[in-house]
Amino acid sequence: MGFLKRFFRGRAGVQQLPTGTITVDRQGRIVTSTVSSAYPQNFLREIGRDVLDLFSEARTAQMPLAEISLQFGSLHITARELRGGAIIFLFPQTALLATPTRSRP
Amino acid sequence: MMEKRHKILLLDDDTDWLTLSQEMLAALPSRPEILTANNGKRALSLLESEPVRLLICDLKMPRIDGLQILSIVRRRYPELRTVVLSGLEDEDFRSRAYALGVDLFWIKMEMQRNSKLFIECLESLLGRDDEPGFRGIQSKSLMDIIQMECLSRSSSVLRITRGPLVAKLWIQDGELIDAEAEGARGEAAFRRILSWKSGTFENLPAEPEHARTIMKPVNALLLETAQNIDEAASPATPESIEQAAHRKSVWKLSLLTREGADFVISIPPEGRGEPEALGTQMITPLVKWTRHAAAIARRLGEQLEAGPVMQVTGQNLERQVLVLEREERLFLVGWPVEATGNLLEKSRKLVASWDS
Repeated sequence: MGFLKRFFRGRAGVQQLPTGTITVDRQGRIVTSTVSSAYPQNFLREIGRDVLDLFSEARTAQMPLAEISLQFGSLHITARELRGGAIIFLFPQTALLATPTRSRP
Repeated sequence: MMEKRHKILLLDDDTDWLTLSQEMLAALPSRPEILTANNGKRALSLLESEPVRLLICDLKMPRIDGLQILSIVRRRYPELRTVVLSGLEDEDFRSRAYALGVDLFWIKMEMQRNSKLFIECLESLLGRDDEPGFRGIQSKSLMDIIQMECLSRSSSVLRITRGPLVAKLWIQDGELIDAEAEGARGEAAFRRILSWKSGTFENLPAEPEHARTIMKPVNALLLETAQNIDEAASPATPESIEQAAHRKSVWKLSLLTREGADFVISIPPEGRGEPEALGTQMITPLVKWTRHAAAIARRLGEQLEAGPVMQVTGQNLERQVLVLEREERLFLVGWPVEATGNLLEKSRKLVASWDS
């Protein structure tokens, strides 16, 4: 059984979407997280760094932003800037929700 | 020579429904091979191993739901035709599914009531290649569809969707009585709709009580519109090009004012022309931020397997901004913070009208 699994797993698999909240400090290090520990931490760190980048570049463009949202087909990421860091909410968007989550703007 | 049989994959967690649908699809004239899956993982395995032409997918399923499957298949199999067959009669799900690029969205009840039309639509999807035209009836132009409806003296409401733009045509006893599109009503709206080259077309029940705003016979309107299209296609002089560019700028400015947006920046891919902005002087830094935001979003979407980027938004105490992508161009739309209503929908409409 284990032998066959080696050949037949993987390609058609689907990665679980992250659910929960993370906070990152100004260097992009994760300070707190409610996302499952099974979820790859490097992906969460990447989200944190990208979000901080977007806040900092918006300031450079003289359009400082307090909140940034990235809406994908099946995941919604909302980030709020904190003093020096950010709090990031990760919501999978599924049809199992009673009402679809609307983006604020 | 053996005729090529297309494969259809039916995905639904309800096995009774799968059996019922399988029997119904057996009535398709092209006799496609029907594959079934009762969960997303099984469906993805089948798509991996079989050359499937059409995926018919439910939305509400345990573990991996239809929207996530659609996000994945759109990226992995861009040529695959997709149909959503859902029990959820919800406009939000409908627009989210269309935003994911599905070809058709049908409610299960409606499919059972109008199975003949459903079969015709599926047959059309199986047969067509990447032709322009209206989904479901690919070989016909909108003019043909309207003429067909009027000649058959039918009463119906045609709902036409082109990306985020939604238009309606009211037909009563074979006469066109009203049209609505892009904030316009009546004949102006009708002319606007006829300029659309492609879209999604749905037939809704008639509304006999609907007020009449179009008095001209439909054939006269179709003729006028055809003449206008011919004139627009004739060789242009430098003066007429300049006049047309001026008219376009005025029209865009009025569009911006009518919708209440602060600014719009239209950004071509790098090295392919200059950005075009209305309502702001801060073009270069905003273009840089928009391109960077879009690149980050695309990369994250790929890495997280979260599907295509729908939009990126930001806000502060004074302003809300949205980044949208349309036909290789990026758009940054700025709104005052006090702007109300669904700004995403308003921005999509603004962007869709921008170059039309």
